[in-house]
Amino acid sequence: MNQFTWSRRRTALSRFWTEFRRHRAGLLGAVVLLVAVALAVMTPFVSDPADLDVTRATGDKMAPPDLSFPLGTDESGRSILVMLLWGSRVSLLIGFMSALLSMVIGTMIGVLAGHFRGWLSAVLMRITDWFLVLPTLVLALVLAAVLGGGSSTLILAIGVTSWASTARLIRAQTLAVEARPYIERSKVLGAGHWHIMTRHVLPSVAPLVLANTTLMVGTAIVLESTLAFLGAGSGQVSWGGMLRGSYDWGAATSGAWWYILTPGFCIVAVVMAFTLCGRALEAVLNPRLREAGR
Amino acid sequence: MTLLEARDLRVEFASRGRRARAVDGVNLAIGAGEIVALVGESGCGKTTLARTLLGLERPVSGSVVYGGAPLDYSSRALKAYRREVQLVLQDPTGSLNPRHNVYEAVAEGPRIHGLTDERERVLSALSRAGLRPPERFLLTYPHELSGGQRQRVVIAGALALDPRLLVADEPVASLDASVRGEILALLMRLRDELGLSALVVTHDLGLAWNIADRVAVMYLGRIVETGPVEQVLTSPSHPYTQALLSVLPESPAPVVLAGEPPDPTRIPGGCRFHPRCQVLASGDAARAGVDHACRSEPLAVLSASGGSQVACHYAGVRESLP
Amino acid sequence: MTVPVGGEMTVPRTTRQEGDRAPGSENVTMLELRDLTVTYRIAAGEVPAVRGVSLALARGEALGIAGESGSGKSTLAMALLRLLPRDARVSGEILLDGEDVLTMPWGRLRAVRWASASIVFQGAHHALNPVHRIGDQIAEPLLVHGLASPAESRRKVAELLEQVGLPAWRGRSYSHELSGGQRQRVMIAMALACEPHLIVADEPTTALDVMIQAQVLELIRSLIARRGLSLIMISHDLSVLAATCERLAVMYAGRVVETGPSGAVFGDARHPYSRALADAFPLVGDPASRRAPRGLGGDPPDPMDLPSGCSFHPRCPAALPECSTAAVELWPTTDPRHTAACVLVHPETTPRLPHGGAAEDPGSGGAPPQQEPAPHAPGTPASTTVRPEVAP
Repeated sequence: MNQFTWSRRRTALSRFWTEFRRHRAGLLGAVVLLVAVALAVMTPFVSDPADLDVTRATGDKMAPPDLSFPLGTDESGRSILVMLLWGSRVSLLIGFMSALLSMVIGTMIGVLAGHFRGWLSAVLMRITDWFLVLPTLVLALVLAAVLGGGSSTLILAIGVTSWASTARLIRAQTLAVEARPYIERSKVLGAGHWHIMTRHVLPSVAPLVLANTTLMVGTAIVLESTLAFLGAGSGQVSWGGMLRGSYDWGAATSGAWWYILTPGFCIVAVVMAFTLCGRALEAVLNPRLREAGR
Repeated sequence: MTLLEARDLRVEFASRGRRARAVDGVNLAIGAGEIVALVGESGCGKTTLARTLLGLERPVSGSVVYGGAPLDYSSRALKAYRREVQLVLQDPTGSLNPRHNVYEAVAEGPRIHGLTDERERVLSALSRAGLRPPERFLLTYPHELSGGQRQRVVIAGALALDPRLLVADEPVASLDASVRGEILALLMRLRDELGLSALVVTHDLGLAWNIADRVAVMYLGRIVETGPVEQVLTSPSHPYTQALLSVLPESPAPVVLAGEPPDPTRIPGGCRFHPRCQVLASGDAARAGVDHACRSEPLAVLSASGGSQVACHYAGVRESLP
Repeated sequence: MTVPVGGEMTVPRTTRQEGDRAPGSENVTMLELRDLTVTYRIAAGEVPAVRGVSLALARGEALGIAGESGSGKSTLAMALLRLLPRDARVSGEILLDGEDVLTMPWGRLRAVRWASASIVFQGAHHALNPVHRIGDQIAEPLLVHGLASPAESRRKVAELLEQVGLPAWRGRSYSHELSGGQRQRVMIAMALACEPHLIVADEPTTALDVMIQAQVLELIRSLIARRGLSLIMISHDLSVLAATCERLAVMYAGRVVETGPSGAVFGDARHPYSRALADAFPLVGDPASRRAPRGLGGDPPDPMDLPSGCSFHPRCPAALPECSTAAVELWPTTDPRHTAACVLVHPETTPRLPHGGAAEDPGSGGAPPQQEPAPHAPGTPASTTVRPEVAP
């Protein structure tokens, strides 16, 4: 029986893959993502973190790309390529973790607000509205400043400020699921709140959560870069931090395009990849969108 | 022996800022091993009554009495009640979670109640619901089944808890004509073999004729006529029952009532059926001298006894006439 | 006061008679289907939905098409106006007033869709646009096709609403403000807007209550009588069709298995499937159906894997051994207008006792055995041979 369930899952997965493959843009996004993640994972094996140390930098200041520094150097003579590689680890980690945190909070609040009608739902939705109208960037900036530096602080700041739209989305989906007759049947079978939420609602909203998380990662990376650019960074080398550096040291005026464009391009590419991937996931997993697309 | 009883039940909702008296004083008893049909148009409150009997709605007054004791709405007591009384909905497709296979759908009840021998229960429930051999269906998903088979899975899910009463809300309305008889025959067989009582909520008088022992005709929150099926459906006393029977496709002289199903936020005074009553409109009620009563005197709520009763001024005097 | 429905068995099952046809309508064929075949192409292969249907409809006639979901009846209705999705392949001929709908140029087809024939769908809720007033929706085809000026169209809408029994001010309402029966009336008014000669109604009353169903059926009946419209009505409820239409065609697995005057098909069905459909909705008061719901075991066949011989034989309560190989086609019964595709009506098939084993279905359980279809073949030679293969 268990084996049978597994073979069913395999079929479902292969069907998903066939559907996903039809979205060219989504496929492209997935490839870019895989490359970015692979590079981030392999960085410690191909490069030495000591290369990021300003005091041990070997290159000239703001040197244009050449053979020893393929993407040029920064104001302290460090290799931009090495900084990009190490920065991708920070950006991706913060992006993933804060998106995850935001999804967990958003899904929990959304499901609870959708399942329990009445005062609990009203209170939760007012809190959500409050977070929705607050300018995320300012709030995250304040949180990051108050809590002090570090990656975990940034993850917390981004995660806590960006869950509100997810909560609204999940609540709407929960309401739609709860209106289905099988929820009524389950209630009459004696099911309690926990059973209905975990057995019926969560599995139904899971695909939406997955697609939304993917989209969310892109947003989180942008937010992290913005925070780093504004000076509320994690203290480690990240893409946003590099942009900040290029700005501080007048890279634009001194014509050091490699210092500005490369981190900017990396951010755009990865965020685009997450967005394309997320859109494709959404189209494949959300049956209503799938029907409309045909 | 009465298994489940509604005692002077009233259920109200807020509807567009007004109070809708969906169930407005109903006495109804379902005996052990009895099939009762609750008949009426949409909006008459029959589904609300059924949901209240299941404990899904709370009455504003009156009570639901199961096995001699009023229903306790604490969550523990309700959970226990739900092993005894089960629901079958109209739309079998919507009643099954598309992500759960047949085994999971039928095992849901036993899992909720922490029953042991889950697999045996599921297999026996499936075969009692007519899905044989049950093993063949365990791992199929609802979309792979026909409408009739889905409804059998829903019924099996209820049977897995060994209930004593099934509340079936339009159990065959969304099924194909040829499957209809099969599902009705199943309900009758469950009664004969397991002594399972049933309350079948429907707008289909043919269904009541097919399987029910007793029928209660509901109009605008009240039961207007009740009694044994043979009596109510072959010699109806209430003009509303007469009209419902007369519009069946085979009937020779249809009395098509004008207008839409009535609005439970605006229940007319007097007899609640009087604005649409064909007997009043034809002048027969005036000739019998009850037209004033029809328009102004409310009728008493019918009792839950099993005999024939009708809530109609005209029927009351007609019986006393020679 | 007389009771509308008597308890005795002698209550006649009322059906429409041929004489009910609107006056002035000649026996002119308005619509003719010749060997219509519709096949859907899906990833898993080809799904035959309609498999060679030939039907004719005279001007002013009402034809009922009965069948279960999956019998191809709705596909047939959509094919009539070429409303099928692109993955459907249609062959055969659909002659509407002598013109083949399938080969018509696009512009002509558009004109036909509004002016000659229109369709009333099931599920009136989804067919109406929730954000437009219903009056505007009724007037839309008139304005689009330049059939009326805005002022005329307003007058026309009021008139149409009145014809379907709604007050003119209802034209300013939105669909959610209407009840199910009212929405169905609006759908009918929309279908009538361009004064078509033919109305195709797909399950027009299925979701409605008995009383509203009676109102809508009465409306349809009076409209076809008053305007001399032709009607094709599709339903799974044979009793509703018999009360509205003069002729019935029963479909099973994409084919017509029985056709004839409604009285004959409903009251004296020769095909066991038609009989099962007719018995599915009991006559209240008929002692034979009291506590005896009648159904049909088994499930409709998978169109991609149809049974051999007569497609109905695995579910047939009266199946003979030869049914699994016999080629069946519509054979005339005693009445030449009444035909059925069953070996029991084949002129050279001798009435034989249907073997009982097939009536038992593992799922049917407590259903009482079906009444055997009366073996009818009066006037046929008393031959004992059954021809399993019949040359078409």
